[in-house]
Parts: sequence; structure tokens; C-alpha cells
Amino acid sequence: MAKRDRLSGNEAVAIALRQINPDVFPAFPITPSTEIPQYFASFVANGQVDTEFIPVESEHSSMSAAIGAEAAGARSLTATSSCGLAYMWEELYIAASNRLPLALALVNRALSGPININCDHSDSMGARDAGWIQIYAENNQEAYDNMVQAYRIAEHKDVRLPIMICQDGFITSHAVENIELLDDADVKGFVGEYEPENYLLNPECPMAVGPYSITDYYMEAKRNQAEGMKNAGRVVLEVAKEFAQISGREYGLFEEYCMEDAERAVVIIGSAAGTTKDAIDRLRAQGEKVGMVKIRLYRPFPAEEIAGALKNVKAVAIMDRAEGYTNHGGPLGADVMAALYRARANAFAVNYVYGLGGRDVRVEDVESIYADLKQVIEDGDAGETYRYLGIRE
Amino acid sequence: MSNLTEIRWHGRGGQGAKTAALLLADVAFQTGKYVQGFPEYGPERMGAPITAYNRISDEKIRVHSNIYDPQYVVVVDESLLEAVDVTAGLKKDGAILVNTQRTKEEIIPHLKGYEGKVYIIDAKKVSLAAMGKYFPNTPLLAAIVKVAGIMDEETFLREMKASFSHKFASKPEVIDGNMKALEMALKEVH
Repeated sequence: MAKRDRLSGNEAVAIALRQINPDVFPAFPITPSTEIPQYFASFVANGQVDTEFIPVESEHSSMSAAIGAEAAGARSLTATSSCGLAYMWEELYIAASNRLPLALALVNRALSGPININCDHSDSMGARDAGWIQIYAENNQEAYDNMVQAYRIAEHKDVRLPIMICQDGFITSHAVENIELLDDADVKGFVGEYEPENYLLNPECPMAVGPYSITDYYMEAKRNQAEGMKNAGRVVLEVAKEFAQISGREYGLFEEYCMEDAERAVVIIGSAAGTTKDAIDRLRAQGEKVGMVKIRLYRPFPAEEIAGALKNVKAVAIMDRAEGYTNHGGPLGADVMAALYRARANAFAVNYVYGLGGRDVRVEDVESIYADLKQVIEDGDAGETYRYLGIRE
Repeated sequence: MSNLTEIRWHGRGGQGAKTAALLLADVAFQTGKYVQGFPEYGPERMGAPITAYNRISDEKIRVHSNIYDPQYVVVVDESLLEAVDVTAGLKKDGAILVNTQRTKEEIIPHLKGYEGKVYIIDAKKVSLAAMGKYFPNTPLLAAIVKVAGIMDEETFLREMKASFSHKFASKPEVIDGNMKALEMALKEVH
């Protein structure tokens, strides 16, 4: 029996981890992710899990220890935010290239500077090319559900890649909202035991992890890694299908909201998607054909499927909660526009940078975007395609 | 969304405005509501102005923004009346609740012409009498539940007792004081 509860996003993820009962959890605290290891440490102290919890002295060490444990054959993870993720940078690539399916509970926060503790996606967007699977959540329920599904995706033999389960710092991590939790036994049965094929603590098959790769092999290693990423999209859907059987909640690569007949669409990631739904309901009540595509899986990027979802729209606004300093928009904008170009789409596309450093996004802000798109269609011209939402000039 | 209640809390770091908002979300959840309780974080430090928010609804809540046009505002620390525009966006058919030792007549001139209902409570007096210490958030929680009509008093006290019994399982001696503060506050707010 599922249990109705009210929890913050951080507590929800910590409970998912208790239910998963991973083998090793090295941790170093940083706002706003600190509560995840904090709650988990109490589960360890209370004997509710038998995880090896390792307090380390930095994020570089927490990721290194997680990598070492995973290579040894243990299901491992850590949690972090912002500069903590930045400090893990070289290790992120080590985890991915060694095909270690560990998990990272990431609570998105702006990177310094100016120093700021609030939400944007600059931390995980910066890590988008590190070879990690990235999955994002709109609310505490999705953060919990994504965490429960994480290891099934990462450990799949056709994938074997690390996975980042992202949620919006403070906006969902520290907001108490309703949630439905699964039974411990259901989660345990769903996640299963980790049975690595190759691992350091296997005396039958001695192996090396992370040796030097000469030029003659390096490219093939990277191509293999890309193959795992290519398979991840399919596995995400397979795992989601099984998850629906135990939870009744359905997940895809992305969520489409009111897209059937939408002429104007917003493509967005994270908590602002909920705010966008309220804006859509208001505008739909006035007869306006507006919709939304909410990205769940960002790496690998489901380009073809997203272009398919947008094939009938006249104008689309792509929302980036991170600045890319490309002079023409953010990372999601670049990905979606490339997907549209490849699909030979005719829609006008504009890219907004929004919500940096926790800048609040109101229903009215989202309504203004749909109004902008209306103008674009009327003008027959996208105009400036690199825009800032609600900036004081 | 006509049944949506939105509340904004103004306090100073360390006074428990965030905790009060989370407790309110908690107790409203217990009566079957959809809830949100969340703080707005700035440079957290003791004494700095902080804001916390509640949404309570019969329907699922999807919006994830701060609250700009609340029905209710709770002022945990009356010195904020001068420092922060506490009535900004506050609906006329709503109400403001101020923790003060002054009279309502003395408070009203500091509310920038707010035309809605004004309630006051001396949370310090209640807290000291009930708990022997000054924790303004417990009396204010009871007061806003009454002012906003979130649930009947009996249900509120029953759910809070269950909540405190869980929260203070390791120090049951504080449960009675907290319960007494809630009961007193329900009578004192006016």
C-alpha cells in the first residue's frame, strides 16, 4: 500500500535512498543538498540501512570514494549542489568513462559568482557533456520517483553509466508538499540487488580500472561510452513502464501538457513547469492554444522525440535556467533548436534565459512568454531569439 | 482554485517563521488538504528579515512561485512593520495578524492604509505563560489557523498534539507547554 505523506524534496529523496539501501554513501555537505546525507545519516545511526556512510573532507573526495566503491562492486552514491559539483568535475568524467553506474542526488543551485545559494541549473548544465545520464524533476514526487528508478537505468547492462537525479534547490528541495510514497518492499523488489559483471573485489577475474589509454584506443573507448548513452533513452522508457506497475505513475522522456492542438509551446525543465501548467490552464480557459513540453531526460537528449512533439506548433519558447555565454542562448535552447533544424521544422523558436540565482517565476511571467510568442507569429518573424525573462535593464 | 488559501509569513531569522509555515502545512495535510510550506532564503542569519509561505487547497498545487497576493499575512516580529512592506499585495478581503504588545489602534497606522481586517496577539505573553520561554511561532500558528478558518479548533488541537508527540518524542516535557500555548493563543487572538 502506498502511503500519502507530506515531505520536502530532500527528505523524499533521502527516504527513497533508505528504501534502496545502497552499499556506500560518501558525503560532504553543501546547501541546499545537505539535508539528504543528514537525513540518511540518521537512518544509518538508527540501523534502518546497512550502508557504509563515509563523511569525507570535500566533494572531490566524496565523488572519488563513490567511484572507488562502485569500481569495487558496491552500489554507491553521493549528493551535492553547485560548487560541490564543480569540485567533482574531473571525477565526473572518471565515473562515466569507467562505466560506473553510481548515482548522484543533485540539488540544483547557481554557481558562484556572485555567490548565491538559490536555484538555477548552471551546475548540472555545465556537467551535461560529462557522460552522465541526467534526469530532472518538477516536484518532490518526481524527485522521489526518479531516485527509485535511477539504479535500474544506470546499472542496465546496455547502459552502465552514472546517473544524476536533479531537483530544484529550495523550490522543491525545501518545500513541504504532498507526496505518495511506495512500500519499502515494493521499492526493494523493484530496484533489486546489484550484481556487477566486472568488479575489483572479484578474485576470479582480476582487472584494472582507469588505466592509461593510448591514442590507438581512446576514441573507441569514448565511442563505446556513447553507445551506452544511446541505449539509455530506451532503458529509461522500459524502467518507467515497470515503475508504473508498482506506482501507478507514468513517466516518459518528457511530459507533454496540452500539446495535442497547441500552436504555441514552452519547453522547460524543473519546478517552473508546474507554474507553466497553471499559466496554460488560465490561457486555455480564454481559448488560447498553448502547451508545454517538460524535459525529464536531458542526457541523453531525446532530440527526435522532442522535435516530434513540437512538429505542429507555430512558435516555441525554449527556457534555459542557465546562461551559456554563447551569445545566442543557453544549452537547452541549442539542443532543441538543433533538433528542430534536423527535423526541418518550420516553427519560430526563441530562447529565454530565466530564473538565474533563484529569480522567482510567476504564472504571469509564463503568460508573458505566450504573449511574446503570439507577437512572433503575428509578425511572422522571431525577432531577437536570445532573450532574458523579467530582467531589469 | 477558488478554495486556495495563500499565507505569507514575515519574521526574523531564528524566530521560527519557517518552522511555523512547515507546521501549518503539516496540520493542514492531516485534514486531507493539498499543501505547500516553504521558506524564501536570503542571506540566512539571526535577526535578518525572512519570508515563508503556505498554500492550502482542496486541489493539487502545481505552482512553484512565491506568494505576491496573499489572503493572509502573519507578522512574527512587529519591528518588520517599518522595515518590510508587509501588506504588499495583501487582499482586502483577507487579514493581517501581528504579534505585538501594543493595541490594535496603535498598530493600524503602521499598516500603510491596509483596509482589510487586522488581528493582533501578544505571542510573548502567551509563550512565556505557557512555556516559560519566548517562542512566538507556536502561538502564531494557532492564531492564524483561527483567523484564516483553516480548520476547527478541536481538530487543530488534536492534530497538533499528535504532531508534537511525534516531534518531541525524546523530550515529552515540552509537549504540554506547547499545547497550552496553542490553547491560550486561540483565546487571546483578537
